[in-house]
Amino acid sequence: MTNDQIKHAVLQIIAVIAPDEDLSHVKSDVALRDQLELDSMDFLDIVMELRKRYGVEVPEGDYGQLASLDSCVIYLAPKLKDK
Amino acid sequence: MAQTHYDVIIIGAGMSGMAAGIRLAYFDKSVCVLERHYAAGGLNSFYALDGHQFDVGLHAMTNYVRPGTRGAPLTKIFRQLRLTPEDFGLAPQHHSEVRFPGKTLRFNNDFRCFVQDVVDNFPAQADHFVRLVKHIQEYDELDLEAPPRSGRAVVSSFLSDPLLTDMIFCPLMIYGNAQERDMEFGQFVVMFKSIFCEGLGRPREGVRRIITALRRKLREVGGTVRMKCGVQALNAEGTRITSVTLDTGEILTADTILSSAGYVETMRLCGTDHATLAPMEGRLSFVEIISILDQPMKHLGHDATIIFYNTGKEFHYETPKNLVDARSGVICCPDNFLFDKPLPESMIRLTCLANFDGWNALDEPAYLRAKTEWLPKIQQEVLHFIPDFRHHVVYTDFFTPRTIQKWTGHLNGAVYGAPEKLKTGKTPIENLFICGTDQGFLGIVGAMLSGISMANLHVLKRAHAR
Repeated sequence: MTNDQIKHAVLQIIAVIAPDEDLSHVKSDVALRDQLELDSMDFLDIVMELRKRYGVEVPEGDYGQLASLDSCVIYLAPKLKDK
Repeated sequence: MAQTHYDVIIIGAGMSGMAAGIRLAYFDKSVCVLERHYAAGGLNSFYALDGHQFDVGLHAMTNYVRPGTRGAPLTKIFRQLRLTPEDFGLAPQHHSEVRFPGKTLRFNNDFRCFVQDVVDNFPAQADHFVRLVKHIQEYDELDLEAPPRSGRAVVSSFLSDPLLTDMIFCPLMIYGNAQERDMEFGQFVVMFKSIFCEGLGRPREGVRRIITALRRKLREVGGTVRMKCGVQALNAEGTRITSVTLDTGEILTADTILSSAGYVETMRLCGTDHATLAPMEGRLSFVEIISILDQPMKHLGHDATIIFYNTGKEFHYETPKNLVDARSGVICCPDNFLFDKPLPESMIRLTCLANFDGWNALDEPAYLRAKTEWLPKIQQEVLHFIPDFRHHVVYTDFFTPRTIQKWTGHLNGAVYGAPEKLKTGKTPIENLFICGTDQGFLGIVGAMLSGISMANLHVLKRAHAR
C-alpha cells in the first residue's frame, strides 16, 4: 500500500465505526481524537478492523502509534507494504 | 454433523447476550448463543394472548438521545454493533412525572426542564441540587474498579429535604435497582443520567423492533442462535469450564463462556451448592397489569408517558410484606410517545413491587384468586393520578414474579438481578464471565453495553494480547 492508500484505508475504517462523523476535513497531522469523537472503544475497533481486513496485528502497547493519520502511515507502512 | 466446538458460547439471547454475540461474530469468532425460551429478549421480551401483542420489561427505553448525539451510550451501541438509529426506530416521550402527595416533578428529554422544575418546586434546595447534578455529571460510572458507596448517603450529603431525595430515588430505583432500600451510588448515577439527563423513547413496534434488529445483525455477521435450547450444566475441571451440557443431553465445548443467566443462576449450573449462593440472590420483583383500551389515554385527557407514583409519606423500595405493595409504582401509557402514527392498540401498564415467595406459594386456584383481588386494588390506587379508564378496558393480562421466573429463568423473578454487581464480569472460573443484569449496567441500553464491554474485555482484547 502507498501512504495515501493507508490513509484512505484508515478513514474507511473510521467511516464504518463512526458513520455519524464527518470525515471530509480530517487533517493528517492532528490527533484523530482532537478532531473526532472517538473513545477507547472506537480505537479498539480501529485495531480490530485492521486485523479483520488486512491481517495486521497492533499490540495494545502500540495503540498510541495510531493517534493521527500521519502516525498511522509511519506505523502501518511496514506492516502493509505487501498488501 | 452439527458443530460442537465454538470460540465462545453465550448463555441467553437477551439484549446483552445478543450484543456480545454480534461483537464476537463480527470479529470472526465462532459464536453460539443458547436460549432456553422460544422467544428472544430475556427480561425484555414479548408475547401474544388472544390476538393482542404485549411487551415484557421495556415501558420505555432509557438513555434516549437524538440520533447522532456525541458520546452518549446509545450512540456507542450503534457504533459498536454497526447498527443505525433507524434499526431501533425510537420515538421520544411526551413527558413523564414523579408524583408524591402534594408534589409533582415533571421531566422530558430536555434535562434543563427537569432542573428548572426541581428548582421551582424546591426553591430552598436549588443550590444543593445544582451541586448534586455537577457531582453526578463529573462521576465516571463506567469505572469498573470503583468501590461501592451508599447512594442515599451521598445524595443526602447534598440535599437536606428528604422528600426531594425520595422523589429523585423513586424512578431510578423502580427502573433499575436490585438492592432493597438503598442504591449503590454508581448505579444511581447510571440511572440518573439515563432517565433525567438523557431521556425516554420507544419504538412504535415495542421491544420486538429492537430484538428483531439484534437477531438480524447477529445472523448477518455469522453468529449461531439456538432457541429452545436450555443449558443443564457447565462442566468444570479445576478452574476451567471444559464442556456445556444442554437440556437435551447434547454436549458442546467452547474456549470461553459468557453467561447472561445471572450470577447465582450461572454458578448453580457449575454445581456450586444452592445454600452458599442463596444470600446473593436478587429479591426485587414486580407485578404488572397490562390493559388494552378502546381509546388512547390522551382522549381521556392524560398525556403523560410515564408516572412514577408514591402515595405514602415516605417511599419504600423493598420486598412487600403482602403479595403486592400498591402504595408506589409505575403508570405507563405507551400511546403517549411521539409516534408518527398511532399504536395499533391503545394500552396502559401498571407496575408495582411484589413478593415472589408469596405468589410462588399459592396453588393454582389461589393464584388466580389473588390476581382477581389485586387488580381492582392497584387500579384504585392509580386513580389518584390519572382519569378513570376502567370502563375503556377491553382486555387485561396480569403477570407476577412467578411468571417472570418461569419465562426468564431469573430466580425469584428478580428483574434487576443480584444486589451485588460483578462489574468486571469475572467469576471464580477463569473462562466463564457474566454479562447482563448481574454485571451491572442497567436498562436495555445498559444491557447491550454490558454484552459489548464483556465481549471486548474478556475475548477480543485477550485474543489480541496473545
